Amino acid sequence: MGQTKEERHILSVLVENQPGVLSRVAGLFSGRGFNIESLCVAESTDPLVSRMTIVTIGDLGMVEQIKKQLNKLVNVIKVVDFTGTDFVQRELALIKVRARPENRAEVLRMVDIFRCQVVDVGAESYTVEMTGDEGKISAFLNLLKPMGIKEIARTGALALAREKK
Amino acid sequence: MKKLTGAEILLRSLREEGVDTLFGYPGGAVIDIYDRLVRVDIKHVLVRHEQGAVHAADGYARTSGRVGVCLVTSGPGATNTVTGIATAYMDSIPVVVLTGQVSSGLIGNDAFQEVDIVGITRPCTKHNYLVTDIEDLSRVVKEAFYLARSGRPGPVLIDLPKDVMTMTAPYRPGKRIKLRSYQPTHRPNLRQLDKVVRLVKEAKSPLILAGGGVVLSKAAGELTRFAKKIEAPVTATLMGLGVFPAQDPLWLGMLGMHGTYRANMATSRCDLLIAVGVRFDDRVAGKADTFASQANIVHIDIDPSSIRKNVPVSIPVVGDCRLALKILNDLLEKEKLNGIREVRVPWLGQIEEWKSAKPLAYEQDRVIKPQYVIESLYKLTRGEAVVTTEVGQNQMWAAQYYHFDKPNSFITSGGLGCMGFGLPAAIGAQVARPDEMVVDIAGDGSIQMNIQEMATAVQYRLPIKIVLLNNRYLGMVRQWQELFYDRCYACTGMDHAPDFVKLAEAYGAAGLRATRPEEVEPVLKEGLSLDKPTLMDFLVEKEEMVYPMVPAGAPITEMLLV
Repeated sequence: MGQTKEERHILSVLVENQPGVLSRVAGLFSGRGFNIESLCVAESTDPLVSRMTIVTIGDLGMVEQIKKQLNKLVNVIKVVDFTGTDFVQRELALIKVRARPENRAEVLRMVDIFRCQVVDVGAESYTVEMTGDEGKISAFLNLLKPMGIKEIARTGALALAREKK
Repeated sequence: MKKLTGAEILLRSLREEGVDTLFGYPGGAVIDIYDRLVRVDIKHVLVRHEQGAVHAADGYARTSGRVGVCLVTSGPGATNTVTGIATAYMDSIPVVVLTGQVSSGLIGNDAFQEVDIVGITRPCTKHNYLVTDIEDLSRVVKEAFYLARSGRPGPVLIDLPKDVMTMTAPYRPGKRIKLRSYQPTHRPNLRQLDKVVRLVKEAKSPLILAGGGVVLSKAAGELTRFAKKIEAPVTATLMGLGVFPAQDPLWLGMLGMHGTYRANMATSRCDLLIAVGVRFDDRVAGKADTFASQANIVHIDIDPSSIRKNVPVSIPVVGDCRLALKILNDLLEKEKLNGIREVRVPWLGQIEEWKSAKPLAYEQDRVIKPQYVIESLYKLTRGEAVVTTEVGQNQMWAAQYYHFDKPNSFITSGGLGCMGFGLPAAIGAQVARPDEMVVDIAGDGSIQMNIQEMATAVQYRLPIKIVLLNNRYLGMVRQWQELFYDRCYACTGMDHAPDFVKLAEAYGAAGLRATRPEEVEPVLKEGLSLDKPTLMDFLVEKEEMVYPMVPAGAPITEMLLV
């Protein structure tokens, strides 16, 4: 089974907002040898329900198993795989970049071009907040790299389906 | 409204679920429950080790078709249940495990006898609960039983902090269960079943493969009707033995690593494989990509994750096995199948040929052959005993030579392969079916893993019979060492064992021994007639092998034969 090529899948998983649910989901992935590239979880519109956005990599057989196994967990309400559907995807990153007098202007120019924001200014560094899809964030990081990135915190992908037209 | 303690609410909720027997072991964290338990109408069976409690509840569930329940204390009591829980989980057995926990305020403090049993058992339970609010208690119990027995059944654990058991609240019975996140598909898709009917009509050489799901969904009757209607031969996994009468000419015997020649060969030549309530475990399918490679595979199972997990499937049918088979039988009522017998002639002829070419065989020489013991047991019990097994060679010989005709009569740890299962499972089986003969077919290695439960059997006057195939080896591992490790019998010798007859007597049970072939029948006759727990020690051929055998990872048609 599963001889097809590996693909990235974004799964949106509605779960009951209860203690231990995250551990059940994470344990399922580690116990069965599935990959988690990123996992993001917070309350949804219903305070009794949380939405998890999980980015995983696997061939079709594996992703089918992941979805079935997730559905089997008693606390999982719904699993949606966005692959092949119309959806929006965003990620938030906080980037602390070295900002010496000589390259401060350059950093600010890039922040402007990428429509990011500086959220903290220090003597040695700026902390920049940016949102975007994966491509935008990695493009930005590549440009900042020569100036010296000190720290990064990323949320991993978040996604929602687009409204059906 | 009168207030009850948590312990009282728990016991009342258990009664609501129809629980009349608990297998358990007391301790500090559950002392309040025990204090109330002895005052209510629930029988308690005191085991000698908590693993035994879960296996006994498991054996009770497998033989009765009801949920088995056990009660243990926190910490070590709870961790001792883990092997039993994993056993029930792998074989989808409905068991509810009640564990004591330290008081809520102490949780997380590394308190005395504290362990995070909910965390530990998350991957081997269907679901588990920590009850922190007494108001949740009756609902949680109701949910736990519902989860354990519905859908694909499995073990559910409820962790009960000591303070929740002593605080008081009014008793409100749990309401009707509706879990928005848990709705197993019971009713199969009719369109899929129509396709199955079409394939059945076109097939020249169909084969039915039945598994534990047929037992669990109580579908043996429908399965037999289905097989006879379409004139298809039937094989079963270890877990499915008993769902089809072994005396029927359509029966092929078990398939897989130690399956019969004809069953394994049939999988490779069939053009349609109808698999019901199975999961194509590696011990069944062997090298998965060569398994039934010429066949369209229909896979009926209530658990969608079992389908397409190990083998490709042409027609998946998600639903209850019994309901699916019933609908198939109804659909087939409307079809003209009168020519089907002629169509099957070559296929059934081929199977007959395989059967006579390589039947299961052994030679009874001067030393007792284990197969002979089981055949004699079969003859003397007329195939009517409830048989539990330990794990290893004893288990495989039992599967091969005790021909099961009825479901819920072969009780064995299939998925986990858990040594030490047979004796406590026999205790549970005997409690569930007090008027029937219960026999544990054991090996000398495996029985020692839970031998302490002899005391339980004696205490409750459970007349279980232990047929010990004593070869002074961990026989199955030794067999692998002989075949695949140049006969290097690393640490599999069991010469340092107790005198099992004396041991049985020390526990207050009866002990008998047979050392020569001619003693086998007399010992069995005497042992089976005794009205008390009895251990029969058969000194069998030390290096006997289980044949056929498919080496791990090989296609199941590549069998090592006698």
